[in-house]
Amino acid sequence: MEKTAININKPRGLHQYQWEIFLVVLFLTVNVVNSFLSPYYLTLDTFVSTPMNFLDKAFLVLPMTMIIILGNIDVSVGSIVALTSVLMAVSYNAGLPMPLAMVLALLVSTTCGFINGFLQIKFRELSATIITLSTMTVFRGIAYVILEDRSAGKFPSWFSFLAWGYIGKIPFILIVFVLMAIVFAVLLHTTRFGRMIYAVGSNRTACEYSGIRTERIILGVSMLAGFMAGFTSLFLTSRMGSTRPNVALNYELDAIAMTVLGGISTNGGKGRITGPLISIFLIGFLNYGLGLRNVSAQVILIILGILLILSVLVQNFTDRQTPISPKKASAPTHRSDAGDGSDIHENSAQGG
Amino acid sequence: MQLQVRMNADSATGGGANGRLQSSGNQPGGRSVGLIGKLSRNSEAFRELGLLIFIVVLAAIFQIRNPKFLSISNIKDLLANTAILSILAVGMMMVIITRGIDLSIGSTMALSGMITSLTVSANPGISPFLSLVQGMAIGLVAGLVIGVLVAYFKILPIIATLGLMNILRGMTYLISKGKWVSAYQMSAGFKNLSTGTTLGISNLILFAVIIYILYAYFINQTKTGRYIYAVGSSPETAELIGIKRKRIVLLVYALMGLLAGLAGVLWVSKYASAQGDTAVGYEMNVIAAVVLGGVSVAGGRGKVSGILLGSILFGILANALPLINISPFWQQFIQGLVILAAIISNVLLQRRNDKLALKKRAI
Repeated sequence: MEKTAININKPRGLHQYQWEIFLVVLFLTVNVVNSFLSPYYLTLDTFVSTPMNFLDKAFLVLPMTMIIILGNIDVSVGSIVALTSVLMAVSYNAGLPMPLAMVLALLVSTTCGFINGFLQIKFRELSATIITLSTMTVFRGIAYVILEDRSAGKFPSWFSFLAWGYIGKIPFILIVFVLMAIVFAVLLHTTRFGRMIYAVGSNRTACEYSGIRTERIILGVSMLAGFMAGFTSLFLTSRMGSTRPNVALNYELDAIAMTVLGGISTNGGKGRITGPLISIFLIGFLNYGLGLRNVSAQVILIILGILLILSVLVQNFTDRQTPISPKKASAPTHRSDAGDGSDIHENSAQGG
Repeated sequence: MQLQVRMNADSATGGGANGRLQSSGNQPGGRSVGLIGKLSRNSEAFRELGLLIFIVVLAAIFQIRNPKFLSISNIKDLLANTAILSILAVGMMMVIITRGIDLSIGSTMALSGMITSLTVSANPGISPFLSLVQGMAIGLVAGLVIGVLVAYFKILPIIATLGLMNILRGMTYLISKGKWVSAYQMSAGFKNLSTGTTLGISNLILFAVIIYILYAYFINQTKTGRYIYAVGSSPETAELIGIKRKRIVLLVYALMGLLAGLAGVLWVSKYASAQGDTAVGYEMNVIAAVVLGGVSVAGGRGKVSGILLGSILFGILANALPLINISPFWQQFIQGLVILAAIISNVLLQRRNDKLALKKRAI
């Protein structure tokens, strides 16, 4: 099982990187168009500092890549960001020192991720979709209970360094993000844990028969997602200087769209982290350029929705081009046919 | 008729067609088959009875806390408020039975409400009936798009509807140019759609009753309706016995869209205001009501009577919390907990059922 997973993901020449090349071309196009729109756009300084506007949510894309490779989906990350951000602000205002409040935020977000994962492994009949949908409502609900319609803030001045600070000429957040991206790339592509994510994503039942503790993998990835949501909330709160329960609304959509546009198949078991990394910058610079043109947020919403659906469409189409006919390989048909109920299949296969 | 009863039992036993076929194969004509069916049907009834008792207890508690709760006007209010939710619940039930989910309905409602109210404000003489048809047509188109994406292009329901949710919401803002359509721009006939009464009963309630009668017949008595359950319990088996699975999936999303379009018109007419953010997040209320009504998110199971009770219970929660002085900010949290509790208790109940069924088979 693991062997096929490795084969699928092993680069076979430039051909394997088709999708990434396509994304890079798109990225360059966006930047060329942007530079025509604004003469100040294409200086090196703007190019390096623009990512400060969108990198906070990029931290969500890294674990989302793992989740989607697992064949799951997580729509609760935006709510986790809101909850931890609110808790951090409230606990700081209640007298907790800021560094401790930040640690608390990361702890809380990891716990939220743990809850998601725990529910998924304890109630395998339920799809990750419905579990994260309900925890999404619960987490944001708690944020509303805590802060109602007020906002909280008044952070110490050094806290804004997280989002606005520079080291030399490079934004601090960019450095942190690059480090995190390297950590995730190593984790996903070189470690045993990473290989198992692919294995579980391609066939969970087979993994269980071969003795892989799939539950640990799922729990681990969920907790990572929670932890990174905490990271996002740190940088987001720092960028805004204050927080409300309705922050990070629709962040899950952004994260899922970036991941899927990055070429991660929603059928699970396939994809490299390089794609999402490029698509983070692609969508970020696209939004920035549209903002320069005074395009309203609603149009950006439409574009994001269309991008999401189109990229899944294109992938499903290219998936179908692979030499193995979907009729013969039973596992892929199960997955694509059953929609998000693939877990249930594996369950019934086990029981029977 | 025979087929219908059998499939009913199938959908209740949970293992779906598979488990059913096996058990009758092991003990042909055996008494245990009937017993399993009876048992699980009983537990289904038990579940609904429990829900009913819970509603009564809840109502009693609210009544003690606030005597206005069971006043005629509040009950009328409650039912009228629940009507739109319960109409949408029918569509969502069918979607969830096929193992799908639709997050776009709030946006569909906003779009259909916005376009119909803009049409009404431009042509005040237009018949309210035409507005209804227009709204349903808009919803139907949105539903068909989702259905095609899910059924024929194999996009996960959550991704397709998440995308459409944003596209439709963005379109609503674009069409309205960020403005509201307010009460004075709507004709009396249009507002009368939801706020008026016929024979002393609120039109909204009548709409809900008509929809429930139509859909209860469709889901329980027609072949196509039963196919929805078959597709949900086991997509492969359904295809093997010749059911056109993709068409059924397309159909449920189209019907969901149709109902969302209708609900959008009713919503706008009820509140006499169409806004860009009409019904934001309403899909979660509908999903909550549906899972509360015992529809299994694993697909293949769910009853019209269940979701009716689920909608009413959810309506009571939404209506009564402000009455007993619980801050509205608790609402989302409570709603989330209710969904979580409902899906988990569904699973636990199902596990118990399956265990019992297995025991019966072993003897």
